[in-house]
Amino acid sequence: MANILIVAEQSGGELKKGTLAAVQLANQLGGGFDVLVVGSGVGGVATALQGYGAGKIYVADDAVFGNYLAQPFKAATVAAAEASGAKFIVSTAGTFGKDFLPRVAGAIGAGMVADCVGLAEGGLFKRPMYAGNIIATVKANTERVVISVRASEFDNASPVGGESPIEALSVDVGDVAARFVSFDATESERPELTEADVVVSGGRGLKDGPTFWNVMNPLADVFSAAVGATRAVVDSWDEVPNDMQVGQTGKVVAPKLYVAVAISGAIQHLAGMKNSKTIVAINKDAEAPIFQVADYGLVADAFQAVPEFIEKVKAAR
Amino acid sequence: MKILVAFKRVIDPDARIKLTADRSGVDTDSVEYKANPFCENALEEALQIAEEHDGEVVLVSAGGPDIDKTIRAGLALGAERAIRVEIEDTVLDSDLAARVFAAVYKEEEPDIFFFGKQAIDSDNNQCGQLVAEYLGLPQACFASEVVIDDDGEVATVTREVDGGLETIALTLPAVITADLRLNTPRFAKLPDIMKAGRKTIDVMDLDDLDIEDTALKIELVSLEEPSARQAGVKVGSIDELVDKLKNEARAL
Repeated sequence: MANILIVAEQSGGELKKGTLAAVQLANQLGGGFDVLVVGSGVGGVATALQGYGAGKIYVADDAVFGNYLAQPFKAATVAAAEASGAKFIVSTAGTFGKDFLPRVAGAIGAGMVADCVGLAEGGLFKRPMYAGNIIATVKANTERVVISVRASEFDNASPVGGESPIEALSVDVGDVAARFVSFDATESERPELTEADVVVSGGRGLKDGPTFWNVMNPLADVFSAAVGATRAVVDSWDEVPNDMQVGQTGKVVAPKLYVAVAISGAIQHLAGMKNSKTIVAINKDAEAPIFQVADYGLVADAFQAVPEFIEKVKAAR
Repeated sequence: MKILVAFKRVIDPDARIKLTADRSGVDTDSVEYKANPFCENALEEALQIAEEHDGEVVLVSAGGPDIDKTIRAGLALGAERAIRVEIEDTVLDSDLAARVFAAVYKEEEPDIFFFGKQAIDSDNNQCGQLVAEYLGLPQACFASEVVIDDDGEVATVTREVDGGLETIALTLPAVITADLRLNTPRFAKLPDIMKAGRKTIDVMDLDDLDIEDTALKIELVSLEEPSARQAGVKVGSIDELVDKLKNEARAL
């Protein structure tokens, strides 16, 4: 019997780092946690979660979970929640958790705290509203509570050693009127935006799609960085796909280093990156709002500054 | 084909959000209200599907008479009628809103229930999913493309998810939530704005929908503005920037 059940996020049998932020939240809540791993061929995910202090690791490993669909993942989570007796059911707040966690809440009569960014005194939770312009403190009135964790707001939990017993979980998925058709993965040699240590992002100042890549690719290469973009860029230029958008309505990132190139810094965008550890902004407009959040601002034309920056970073290493 | 669209009124997305002096809520003095942008994408998609499949689009909203102006704006875009569930919007959480919408679904029995993926005020991103769960329906959230087959029985939906685009097929009826890239919402034409004034807004209350339990599952306790990030320094040259990154931030 654990206080918390964490639903691990994985992709292709690899554990997603955000899961360790959920473990961190569980450690802050206290009372012990179990983990649920759902998928097909996900034994390695369970192994990767050994040593973090889980009371138990439930594994629902079945072909039916091979491709993600909300209802089967909800059924597995509800079954694990029953087996574990957990009061809190926690997962990540990416498109994974956002999709199926509300269904879990509906199924077990729980309230759901979406995008939790921290805990507050008295068993309360903090979460952003209005594109991160307001932080709300909320209270859950239900016996059980579902929480999606904004991973960028928590450190990854550190291993504590020991081994957690693994328990296979059988799940009755029932009839589902949805079926998987295809997955078109964003092809990239680069790290994923939400997992990268360094993110370099470009804005509308980069003129057009091809120019965007001419400037940003070499910059990303030198830092082994993920490439992000503003909403204006993904909306306007076909060469820059939508899932590169950093912002409140796109991805929320908090890398060690964030380099904003020709980005003015709309509130919408700032909400997606302002918790980065170090922020560099390069923009020719000295009044651009991005400079209000940047640790280091350089007022310069990106087309000249970025190539020079790349050369000097190489030389400095 | 009948399509329901959940339509929420929010504070103008471009407005600066301020708290009231006692920090119990957001200052709504002299703010402009608009439809939630994601709801506009949901409505646009519903209208396009209705045009192609000879369908009817019905708006559903919850709130007092003051939201009628926003509902009329949706009617001017082409929805045929609207249902307003009379409720003080300050006492809704995602769960109660979802129970209201699920009850309206049972009255209307549409083929598709469209939602915006989230409302840009509360940013909960839960309502559509909860409605789907309460009704036992399949869902496709964060839709960037929706294709309905000729028989009007299957929706093939492309979803914007982390790491790529996922396509799933739903046997209707189903819940779909709209992402921004789904379409570009149309603008209302003047004659349609005039006509919208004569379209029906049916008002129902919670009794009509047999909703007795109005207890909130998630309650707001207090609001605050986030601590501002300390602005750093402007550097004079690339050399200085690289030096600071290397020796001060230790980020190289």
